[in-house]
Amino acid sequence: MPSLQLFCQFNSNILQMKILVVDDERDIQTLFEQRFRKEIREKLIEFVFAFSGEEALTYLEQNEHEVVIILSDINMPGMSGLELLRLIKKKYSKPPPVVMMITAYGDAENFNTAKLLGADDFLTKPVDFNLLKEKFKL
Amino acid sequence: MSLSVAPLVISLVIADRIRRYVKVNKLPLWEKPLKYILIFSVFLFATEAILSAIEVTKWIWHVYLIAMMVFSLKQKEFLVLRMFIIAFVPYEFVALFKDLAQVMSAGFFDTNEVYFKTATSLTYIWLIAILFSQNRQFKAAEKERIKRQQEDELNRAIAIRKVELEELVAERTAELTEQKEELEHALHELRTTQSQLIQSEKMASLGELTAGIAHEIQNPLNFVNNFSEVNAELIEEMKQEITKGNMEEVKAIANDIAMNEQKITQHGKRADAIVKGMLQHSRTSSGIKEPTNINALADEYLRLAYHGLRAKDKSFNATMRTDFDETLEKINIIPQDIGRVILNLITNAFYAVTEKKQQQPIDYEPTVSVFTKKTGNKVMITVKDNGNGIPKTAMDKIFQPFFTTKPSGKGTGLGLSMSYEIITKAHGGELKVDTKEGEGAEFTIILPV
Repeated sequence: MPSLQLFCQFNSNILQMKILVVDDERDIQTLFEQRFRKEIREKLIEFVFAFSGEEALTYLEQNEHEVVIILSDINMPGMSGLELLRLIKKKYSKPPPVVMMITAYGDAENFNTAKLLGADDFLTKPVDFNLLKEKFKL
Repeated sequence: MSLSVAPLVISLVIADRIRRYVKVNKLPLWEKPLKYILIFSVFLFATEAILSAIEVTKWIWHVYLIAMMVFSLKQKEFLVLRMFIIAFVPYEFVALFKDLAQVMSAGFFDTNEVYFKTATSLTYIWLIAILFSQNRQFKAAEKERIKRQQEDELNRAIAIRKVELEELVAERTAELTEQKEELEHALHELRTTQSQLIQSEKMASLGELTAGIAHEIQNPLNFVNNFSEVNAELIEEMKQEITKGNMEEVKAIANDIAMNEQKITQHGKRADAIVKGMLQHSRTSSGIKEPTNINALADEYLRLAYHGLRAKDKSFNATMRTDFDETLEKINIIPQDIGRVILNLITNAFYAVTEKKQQQPIDYEPTVSVFTKKTGNKVMITVKDNGNGIPKTAMDKIFQPFFTTKPSGKGTGLGLSMSYEIITKAHGGELKVDTKEGEGAEFTIILPV
């Protein structure tokens, strides 16, 4: 994923990057905050959380250029992660936010659909935080 | 020359009467003696005529007739004929007396001839009168006899018919018994099949759930793993902070660890509840009512159904809305059975909204809502969808077994009929349906508290 790496390098230069995490499981917030406690404390990274696709879209509308990476679950009630991906890719072309999809199933079908819709990267549940940190280049 | 015509006639008439009587009453023993009497009478008369020996034979006739009369009157078998024979007695008596008088004293006879003639006439009148009344009696008796004979014949016919009927009845009974046994056998097989169907219906719905269950267990397990990893890291950090003597930070970390520990327990319990729920679902219903939290039950099955369908069909998606009445206390129900009903209603609802989404992909938000509400001494559980609703033509059939609108192979047609049985029969509740074609359907379970 060259674009992501470039982007992350670029972002680490401007100190803090904002990551929007979209998942219907509320405890994901606690988990991320603790896993990245050092990074958050050092203000290298900032997380915002949305618990549904709809909520994520609302947040993006209000804070358009702040978010640089979107981490989204696919399997959510209401708007699915794939639908969210499609809408983001349609609406926000400049600068394009990096969208990483997380899926519990990690199957070929979801992978291919997400890829077609323009997903930048993939993670499977359970999330490997060391891998994620690597991807963020932290 | 005179001949003994009267004695001959009398002997023949009596013999004939006895012969007829013997024939009717079937006394064959008498047939032969009667024949001899006949022969003897004719023989006596012929002898008398040929030899012109009336002076001798008339005494033989007297003896013969008297003997015949006395003998007949003595026979118990001829009791009925007594009156008939008695009719001849005066005549014979007068005739004998007349002959005796002629022989003993011709003078006496001549002077009293008028009396003899009168007496003879009287005996004739007597004879005719008796015979006349005898004839009437005989005819009446004959009538009676024929009637009795007819009755006997009828009775015999009835008896034969009765035997025939009894045979027929026995035959039919055997047939019916056989049929009854066949039916009992069929019923037994039907019951077995029914319980197998119930089990396979349960297994079918469990199949729908498996993927959902896997997802539902995977999520809490991920959290358990993730939080315990975080705690391991935090403990390392805490050790460092202790070495540094930064007690404020140590306290903060300890608090985080405690919180994470709580999360671990919470997600562990969640996975545990799901597994238990699944086991409960696949198990044969205990049939025992126990206090159950309806909200938790409905929520659990809603999630399981959602994720189950989601796993089967990646494109499936729907908004779930819940509105649980938090004042609801635990109520006594058979949790597996009510769980099945709720699951069935929710699965149907999801099916309906998916179908509509396929027909109308734009401007339609598939939504399934589950509400609980307590009113008075009743608890209502409502499952509502905004699918296509139920067509009027299907409305009276939806609770019938094997009725399904799903394509063949997709539905057993047993879901709603079993749900109806469970709610109405096992729980004394109601299962109501409200639908508007094209707008959706709403199923409400009403349970008494």
